[in-house]
Amino acid sequence: MNSFAKRKNIIIGILLIIGAIYVMRLFNLQIVDSTYKRSATRNVVREVIEFPSRGLIYDRNGEMLVYNQIVYDLLATPREIGRFDTTTLCSIIDVPKEVFIDELKKAKRMSTYRPSVIIKQIPPDRYALLKEKMFKFPGFYLQTRNVRTYPFGCAAHVLGYIGEVSPAFLEKNPYYRSGDYIGVSGIEKAYEEHLRGRKGVSLFLVDVHGRIKGSYEDGKLDTVAVKGRDLVSSLDRELQQYGEKLMVNKAGSIVAIEPSTGEILSLVSSPSYDPVEMVGRNRTVNFPRLLNDPLLPLFNRAISAQYPPGSTVKMLHGLIALEENIITLGSSYYCANGFHVGNFHQACHHEQSFNLNNAIAQSCNAYFSQEFRDLLQDRKYGGARNGYEVWRNHVLSFGFGNRISYEFDEEAKGFIPEAEYYEKRVFKNAKWRALPIISLAIGQGEMQTTPLQMANYTAILANRGFYYPPHVVRSIDGAELNPELKTKRYTTVNSIQFERIMDGMEEVVNSGTASIARIPGITICGKTGTAQNPHGSDHSTFIAFAPRENPKIAIAVYVENGKWGNLYAAPIASLMIEKYLKDSIQPSRQWLETRMLETNLLYPELPNYIQYPK
Amino acid sequence: MAQRFEIWKRLDWIIILLYVFLVIAGWLNIYSAVYSEEHRSIFDMEQRYGKQMLWIIFAFVLGLLILVTESNFFVAFSFPLYIFLLFLLIVVLFFGNKVNGAKAWLTIGEFALQPSEFAKFGTSLALAKVMSSYDFSFKNRNSKILLIALLVIPVLLIVLQHDTGSALVYVAFLIPFYREGMSGLILFFLFFTALLFILSLLLAPWLFVVLLILSAFAVFILLRKKWNELLTPLIVLVSSVALVSIIFLVFGLAYNFYFVLLISSFISGVILLFFSIYKRIPQATLIVSIFILSLLFSFTVDFAFENILQPHQQDRINNLLGIESDPLGAGYNVNQSKIAIGSGGLFGKGFLKGTQTKFDFVPEQSTDFIFCTVGEEWGFVGSIVIIVAFIYLIIRIINLAERQRSIFSRVFGYCVASIIFFHFVINIGMTIGIAPVIGIPLPFFSYGGSSLWFFTLLLFTFLRLDASRFEQLR
Ligand SMILES: [Zn+2]
Repeated sequence: MNSFAKRKNIIIGILLIIGAIYVMRLFNLQIVDSTYKRSATRNVVREVIEFPSRGLIYDRNGEMLVYNQIVYDLLATPREIGRFDTTTLCSIIDVPKEVFIDELKKAKRMSTYRPSVIIKQIPPDRYALLKEKMFKFPGFYLQTRNVRTYPFGCAAHVLGYIGEVSPAFLEKNPYYRSGDYIGVSGIEKAYEEHLRGRKGVSLFLVDVHGRIKGSYEDGKLDTVAVKGRDLVSSLDRELQQYGEKLMVNKAGSIVAIEPSTGEILSLVSSPSYDPVEMVGRNRTVNFPRLLNDPLLPLFNRAISAQYPPGSTVKMLHGLIALEENIITLGSSYYCANGFHVGNFHQACHHEQSFNLNNAIAQSCNAYFSQEFRDLLQDRKYGGARNGYEVWRNHVLSFGFGNRISYEFDEEAKGFIPEAEYYEKRVFKNAKWRALPIISLAIGQGEMQTTPLQMANYTAILANRGFYYPPHVVRSIDGAELNPELKTKRYTTVNSIQFERIMDGMEEVVNSGTASIARIPGITICGKTGTAQNPHGSDHSTFIAFAPRENPKIAIAVYVENGKWGNLYAAPIASLMIEKYLKDSIQPSRQWLETRMLETNLLYPELPNYIQYPK
Repeated sequence: MAQRFEIWKRLDWIIILLYVFLVIAGWLNIYSAVYSEEHRSIFDMEQRYGKQMLWIIFAFVLGLLILVTESNFFVAFSFPLYIFLLFLLIVVLFFGNKVNGAKAWLTIGEFALQPSEFAKFGTSLALAKVMSSYDFSFKNRNSKILLIALLVIPVLLIVLQHDTGSALVYVAFLIPFYREGMSGLILFFLFFTALLFILSLLLAPWLFVVLLILSAFAVFILLRKKWNELLTPLIVLVSSVALVSIIFLVFGLAYNFYFVLLISSFISGVILLFFSIYKRIPQATLIVSIFILSLLFSFTVDFAFENILQPHQQDRINNLLGIESDPLGAGYNVNQSKIAIGSGGLFGKGFLKGTQTKFDFVPEQSTDFIFCTVGEEWGFVGSIVIIVAFIYLIIRIINLAERQRSIFSRVFGYCVASIIFFHFVINIGMTIGIAPVIGIPLPFFSYGGSSLWFFTLLLFTFLRLDASRFEQLR
């Protein structure tokens, strides 16, 4: 036997020790330590989201306002890119070469195996060109995506737009993932949950390069995408477009409501923008421009702008005074070119006595100031403060001072001061008196309302005392509308009182302050107003409903810097009413239409020979 | 004719059974690693398992051919074969194909051969031939020079091909050298280094340093048996720990126990080294030297482990992953491999049910990382079966080698056992994260014709020699 034979045992010993170490190591890896099992699941399962198509939006007559158009994203898998002519590709898709090269570099940094979007939303005409040439660009391919399309380009503020979800929102809403689109404003935002549908999720096993290798758990956990619900808007597309046309070159808003339902027929905020400007590639250019425009085209004046209501508030005063038995229809006040008490002077332009209906028709400031003073000071309240509280509660029941829309969360509340407000700022512990707050009687001072609230107020007048919360969506395909929208709200003023002031409102249009709004064949009830503007010319306002019996439309029009109600707001309101009720403007009033369409209040200081920017 | 018949009777069927088992198990795991729903046919020549099936059939034919060869042939032709394979290594340098950064492949028509694999066969034969000669002895300087030359020439040629993994396998030949009388110190040193390497990876760094200090003291006591001599190193160590701590605190450095321990141990080591030389205590000098080297080794080992891959090896993996810059780190594949094996659990996910290995999370999983598939799909139990099978095979070969009458067969047997041993330890060790990532295949198991044929050649040559164990082969 060889003298080194026992070394065999040492060699075998080393082998056995290593074997034992390996067994222990495997025991630890496979049985003791569970972290590797968790890592394994994370490694291989990937969610693939199937995006449902977003719900469509129709107008009240079934015309399509918003639908989805297929656009194409250009994707590339960097490692599959072969030789290609960058210049040709860039010219086809109309993208600067530097941008393209930059995006391609970014994609490479992300992954050379995974496809990345290089250029988003290639328009259909470019797509048609590109599709024929795709064979020249190996490694690139096109992916379809839906984008919002607007056949009429109107109602941008009502429809709203969609955008990528913000990181802050993502944290609270696990449904969304980074890069998802969500309604940012308007109907798109308010009805997001209906419109979005439900994403389908498929779980796939993927390899290390993210390539799909098969479904996970045989697809047991997968869900199918559910298409978004279609909405029928209450908007009348034709009326909406007409309103937008009338408001061109003017700042302001129009809100038209169907009084019997609270459905908004038209909601115009001017200046506006074409909704398509906020879609796709346009948006990166247009959004900053719109955001920085001093005329605030992104700001929805119709629901977010607050103005003093002006004389349009006078019916409210009359109604409250009637309800509170402060006045009767026969009660009269004298206007002595205004209302004068001691040092207090409030101008008017009459020298006669008025009853309520005449005072409405002629918009007499003196009448309503005296009536409001009498209300505040009435004995039965035991002090002007209590009188004010009574008045304020009535006002609140008309939907003022609070949000009335269930759809627009950018809606402003308006402002009906609480008694404490005056206590702190006006009376300062002194006794309440009527005169310091008497300008409320003519819709000036601290009171603030939105055009939407004024339209709703008009609808209340038309309805003789009730309203449905104004809304822009009539029905949802496959779901119930918010029941609040179908709930009738009564004001604290008896409907009898409303009937009593109809004559005055009719008279406003027939022979009063807004005779320019008269439409032969339609009985319109209305009221002009001038909303005080400390920053410039006053705003022209007008509210009206028609026909007087069985009203079909209630409308509020604001034209900023339009001075008096009868100058622009009343003609525009009457054209809207005529358009809605009669479908067209009768020849005898077409001059008025032309004048309104041509009026430019945005650049009044520019001489005629300078072309107005469009 | 009668002699031919004898061969079948004297053949070690246990090894053949183990061989067949490992080859089949390897094929099943390759099939599973490459398997996908689209490719179901097991003979699909486009797929690796289809090709491997072909390589296996060829391997069986090769094994059969070796068994019917005269055993004297291998003895007689050991040098010619060695030289022929060296020649192939030179040829591949000029005409070889570059695969994954290594210019190690010789393509002949459809077949690609890796001469570096077969060179180990030639080297084994040549070593056996030299060491079985009458005048061979490890005490003989000429013998030693001849041995080193036999090893260094192929190693250099293989390194020139940038195939470091295959070159490292030559370390395995130290085992037959040891068995034939080489000083045990060399093997001990190697084993000690490997142990340090594994421990420094497995243990927390500070714990490793503490263990190192304790073992240095223990060895010192074992050798000197004088407890009072422990006082000096203890004082030096404690005072340097105190000193370094104070420096850390004074300079407002973030106090890190590991660094303080490492630095003070190193300082004490250097002081004690000079002290022991001055006092002429050679045992102490040796222990302190080893201690210092171990410290340095453990400090660099993590770094070395992460960076053991040469640039071209890193590129290879990066290309595979499609990563230009490597955000996942060089330890990526080891980590993926551990995840795959760790996710297997006790019984595994079942044949073809693995997710990690199937979906290319583990690079090279049908070649170098095939053991991941075993770990994932067959679990702890399956892994143990494979490990036990390899260990049993190696021990069996060693035992057979020991029963040889001729030294040639014994040395060759040890070479075979050692090469399989080395491949097994490194390959499985790297998949479970305790051995460096050296791209060498698991014998009989990994995908690839060259590797399978080489191991078949090696094993069956030994079986053929063993069948003639009663003859004196020279
Ligand atoms: Zn008057």
